[in-house]
Amino acid sequence: MTFSLLHLLLVGAGGFIGAIGRFAISQFINNKFTYALPIATLVVNLIGSFFLGILIGAGIGDKLLLFLGTGLLGAFTTFSTFKLESIQLHVDKKWKLLVLYNTISYGVGISLAFIGFWIGKALG
Amino acid sequence: MVYFWVGIAGFLGASLRYLIGVWLMDADMIFPFSTLTVNLVGSFLLAWFTFKLVHQWSLSSKWKTAIGTGFVGSFTTFSTLSVDTVTLVNRGDAWLGVLYIFVSIVGGLLLSNLGYSLSRKGGVV
Repeated sequence: MTFSLLHLLLVGAGGFIGAIGRFAISQFINNKFTYALPIATLVVNLIGSFFLGILIGAGIGDKLLLFLGTGLLGAFTTFSTFKLESIQLHVDKKWKLLVLYNTISYGVGISLAFIGFWIGKALG
Repeated sequence: MVYFWVGIAGFLGASLRYLIGVWLMDADMIFPFSTLTVNLVGSFLLAWFTFKLVHQWSLSSKWKTAIGTGFVGSFTTFSTLSVDTVTLVNRGDAWLGVLYIFVSIVGGLLLSNLGYSLSRKGGVV
């Protein structure tokens, strides 16, 4: 996809919504529950992987994909926080949780992206 | 009000990720280089920033949340990583998918740890 100012604004607008959504979910979960695993990041990453799989499988148009996919779901999910939380588990010597967190994130995340892709393909 | 600043920072982080995607568009046809780049750079930045700015520069929590959660959080992405892997597998490049995940796992942890260590030792700035 070539660059255009419209494309950039679509991505940015999606990013605005996605980032607020991720922050709101993390505030909600962290205020209500305490888990050994960083469950808020896990939840947004798994949900986002599933829905992006659907969008790609359905083959939606370029502009909608930039807004919903690159912008909204791209910003709703995060890699840097996931890694920082992993390093914090490492620093705290909670290695079993570190392995569990990474296994679920990558294993379930990619599986959900596959399932989403197939659902999207069936719908689209 | 902090929600608004997280959103503005998310706007900027996602836009910068998109620009890097445009810049690396040709390379991305072979391998998801742009997502890998933003994810590795962002992992370093967030870890470095979180400890450095909070402990040494005593930034207010509003700025910390806007820059860390909003900007760097949106600059990096996990959904694209998952779907990139699906795309690689679907086009018959499963081994590239394995390589992609391996580099993301190991590289992300190493760079996050590097950012953390450097900021604790008072390195870089």
